[in-house]
Amino acid sequence: MPASPAQRRYNRRVVILAIVYAAVLLPVCWLFARHLVAGPLAYLLGILPALPVSGFFVAIGLYLAEERDEYLRMLLIRQSLIATGVAMTAATFWGFLEGFDLVPHVVGYAWPVVWFGGLGFGTLVNAAIERRAV
Amino acid sequence: MNNRLRVLRAERHWSQQHLADQLEVSRQSVNAIETGRYDPSLPLAFRIAELFALPIEDIFISPSKES
Repeated sequence: MPASPAQRRYNRRVVILAIVYAAVLLPVCWLFARHLVAGPLAYLLGILPALPVSGFFVAIGLYLAEERDEYLRMLLIRQSLIATGVAMTAATFWGFLEGFDLVPHVVGYAWPVVWFGGLGFGTLVNAAIERRAV
Repeated sequence: MNNRLRVLRAERHWSQQHLADQLEVSRQSVNAIETGRYDPSLPLAFRIAELFALPIEDIFISPSKES
């Protein structure tokens, strides 16, 4: 099925963000692993990998704003709601278990990863609903 | 919401893709509307009605009148 113009722009943005993420993450990890940065610069560099990840959320927001096909827009909204439910539930469960020292600590940036996994689960839900079609 | 979109389209020998192109939506959208999985917005319902030159209520069946 051909992608809509908004989907093509979204795909292009996601690819660019993924490249930026990889390009930023590797040198930042290298610098921190060798304790080569400290002070305000460390904070600045530490936040750099978070920016392209945040960009993924911006890309999704832009897609929702730009997509003219209301049904395709609804599909991504459903996916995003499922992803949010999955990520928030997982974070809440894990948070309580971690609070009671039953599971190890999980870094905060794991939850956006869970959210993206939830987005994938949302795709499966959408596909299952599509298959139910007459 | 049930509708007569598939029947109206078939009467004109239009494919789902042809209808989608005319409405400037995806074929997926047309399929979802035809099968009642998605109720179009009022602007899209008007575009469909205008394309078929019919009142909206001749295409989309009011749930209160279905039984």
